[in-house]
Amino acid sequence: MAAIISAAREPLHIVGGGTRGVHTAGAPLETSALSGITLYEPGAMTMVVKAGTPVAEIEDALARENQRLAFEPMDHRRLLGRTGTPTIGGVMAANVSGPRRISVGSARDFLLGVRYVDGMGRTIKNGGRVMKNVTGYDLVKLMAGSFGTLGVLSEISMKVLPCPETEATLVLHGLEDGAAISTLARALGSPFEVTGAAHDPSQKQTSLRVEGFRASVHYRTGALQNLLSVADMTVLDADASAAHWCAIRDVDWFKDVAGDLWRVSCKPSDGPVLAARAGAQGVLYDWAGGLIWLRCAVGHDVRAALGDYDGHATLVRGDGFARFEPESAALARLTSGLRTRFDPRGILNAGLMG
Amino acid sequence: MEMPVPDAAVLARKGRVVQRLLTVLPSDAVIHEEAETRAYECDALTAYRCAPMVAVLPSTTEEVAQVLRICHQEGVPVVPRGSGTSLAGGALPTADSVILGVARMNDVLETDYDNRFIRVQTGRTNLSVTGAVEEGGFFYAPDPSSQLACAIAGNIAMNSGGAHCLKYGVTTNNLMGVTMVTMEGEIVKIGGAHLDAAGLDLLGLVCGSEGQLGVVTEATLRILHKPEGARPVLMGFDDNEVAGACVSDIIKAGVLPVAIEFMDRPCIEATEAFAHAGYPMCEALLIVEVEGSDAEIDHQLELIMEIARRHNPVELRQSRSTEESAAIWLGRKSAFGAMGQINDYMCLDGTIPVSSLPHVLRRIGEMSKEYGLKVGNVFHAGDGNMHPLILFDANKPGDLELCEAFGADILKLCVEVGGCLTGEHGVGIEKRDLMREQYAPADLEAQMAVKDVFDPAWLLNPAKVFPLDASRSRRQPAVAAE
Repeated sequence: MAAIISAAREPLHIVGGGTRGVHTAGAPLETSALSGITLYEPGAMTMVVKAGTPVAEIEDALARENQRLAFEPMDHRRLLGRTGTPTIGGVMAANVSGPRRISVGSARDFLLGVRYVDGMGRTIKNGGRVMKNVTGYDLVKLMAGSFGTLGVLSEISMKVLPCPETEATLVLHGLEDGAAISTLARALGSPFEVTGAAHDPSQKQTSLRVEGFRASVHYRTGALQNLLSVADMTVLDADASAAHWCAIRDVDWFKDVAGDLWRVSCKPSDGPVLAARAGAQGVLYDWAGGLIWLRCAVGHDVRAALGDYDGHATLVRGDGFARFEPESAALARLTSGLRTRFDPRGILNAGLMG
Repeated sequence: MEMPVPDAAVLARKGRVVQRLLTVLPSDAVIHEEAETRAYECDALTAYRCAPMVAVLPSTTEEVAQVLRICHQEGVPVVPRGSGTSLAGGALPTADSVILGVARMNDVLETDYDNRFIRVQTGRTNLSVTGAVEEGGFFYAPDPSSQLACAIAGNIAMNSGGAHCLKYGVTTNNLMGVTMVTMEGEIVKIGGAHLDAAGLDLLGLVCGSEGQLGVVTEATLRILHKPEGARPVLMGFDDNEVAGACVSDIIKAGVLPVAIEFMDRPCIEATEAFAHAGYPMCEALLIVEVEGSDAEIDHQLELIMEIARRHNPVELRQSRSTEESAAIWLGRKSAFGAMGQINDYMCLDGTIPVSSLPHVLRRIGEMSKEYGLKVGNVFHAGDGNMHPLILFDANKPGDLELCEAFGADILKLCVEVGGCLTGEHGVGIEKRDLMREQYAPADLEAQMAVKDVFDPAWLLNPAKVFPLDASRSRRQPAVAAE
């Protein structure tokens, strides 16, 4: 891969599984041949894999040891109408996290080490395979979410976590957005360790997930019911709960419905106001309101509608606007400086992030 | 420890620099008399001392920006300082530098329980962040041992950890946003009360950059509701390897304790003599703590003890009350003090894959004999973050150098088994010259290129993190504005 990149004279389009709807000009550079689990130590909760390894292969290996990727990476295929095989490199490059992000952190929080090839074809290593490492600058975090624009991941190491014994979901019915989000805030501000907090305005369903040992899940579900005192509540058992959060993770609500799709990260309590302001045709809240999925008419300028707020909007489906929120002038100077150092010729996923 | 030769031209400009600083700061915030600058001559790595040329104590982000603009124009190196508790020399000055202390900036700016964050000025101490949200039942999770004194600024600079990060993560996992001032005096806001970056993750890059990319003046920190309770179990084993296997089995069983602490025999003996915590005399001692309601804790501790019993522990003591918990933690919390009673010590911070624990402990024992220096091991076993404490006599000529050589060998061993030089203390000056053990020249070049972007003149804390000869060409004295 280093040889291909250093020999390249034209832009390259970096492709993991090609499932996340990222398009740039240039010849495709596929990572799928860099595949396989290099090292897995369940007792140390760490795994080292080549970047093109399919996520499914990793999840299978983890499941055999009763462990998992706790950050719950979303599968974009149904939503974007894509085929292909999601790779772990794609997950990390796009920093893809699911509902459990509010409890355990995002993909980048689980990334312990990287090996990548920068825009000049130099192979660079950063971080390692241990959970605590402050040796030098944390380029690991920088690579996570850089969408291949600073370098192409070839190998990564990550932290994994044990699977809980069971899970359950408390569904509250009939709440308006404002009441739903403040109820979710109350649940997350409790000691009962909620690992999922979503609200579906279309059905007025507000969901809270708890995971852990059976007795503990039972206890905390009850404790939350007492705490929240909402009249109409139901409980989903483990299987129903798992399916429910899989649908939220993958935003199944909008999979077969046309329109642009936006993902807004904001201060959770701002969620309802922003959603109302956005002019969307469909809304789904995750992360207790801190993540809003918006389905909008094609070409509707969500950023203009939202105005100024603490957060940012990403265009996930559609192509009328820049995918990423424009940065402040001060930040843009720093990021463009970094791009000049990592990819001086500007050939890696050129123009994708600015 | 080699430090750069102070720049005579900068020293010659001291009068003018002080005058200019006095135009933007009150006079009590500019410390330039030699007797007073001495207060800033070192941090918690006290073996190395050097008074700075000037120390400044700004009170606002705008003042920090003005100070940095002046220092940038004058080509004066700046060493940011939180509370000066760095164990790696992160806040060690050079004679030609300005110490920029954030101690006067310690206000809480915003507390938001609904959105679970607090925004503070970074001179605030770690423990007082928790203190500010305790009444709401919340806490700030990263808990370095120095949390009573250490500042959030230093926590961010070093990406500090603590005993409870097995469950809650380290600083970078709990940091949501910062206000930072670049060396050129530009105020930059990164992140905020929302999650994840809009573009490149500069927040993740700044956290752990040892004050070399900018001076962080405000931070938005994630806060969590306190658990209903927490209780530990203490277990003793007559073999390090067995204790290591027990840790691994606990993790594999799906129990995720908040802390798994490990002490070896030399450390247990020293601690017993000092704190009389009633620990068993054995080769390895584990303290495993879990959280939740009383019933949840009982259930998890029972599972853990069941695993421990399979490894034939010489002692298994479950805490049933706050008092019993305190007794179990007493020895562990006194460990550093206990070792300090015996002699001077150097505390290392290498991290290893948990599976290499027995091998590494065996090798450290062998090296201890070779060097003729005693070493005790106390560390966070769940995440492999070791803290070997090497005892030496600072008054005995050559002992410090011998201790440093021993320490370097231990850190090389950590890297050799797949670990790293430092898990939570940072590189500073202490491990600067060992960086090549872990990183190839191209890896270091990639990191230094980041500093080139944030601080092109290499004036912010320039003599740290990277081997001096690797950074030399970049640290050429900047031309001062005339």
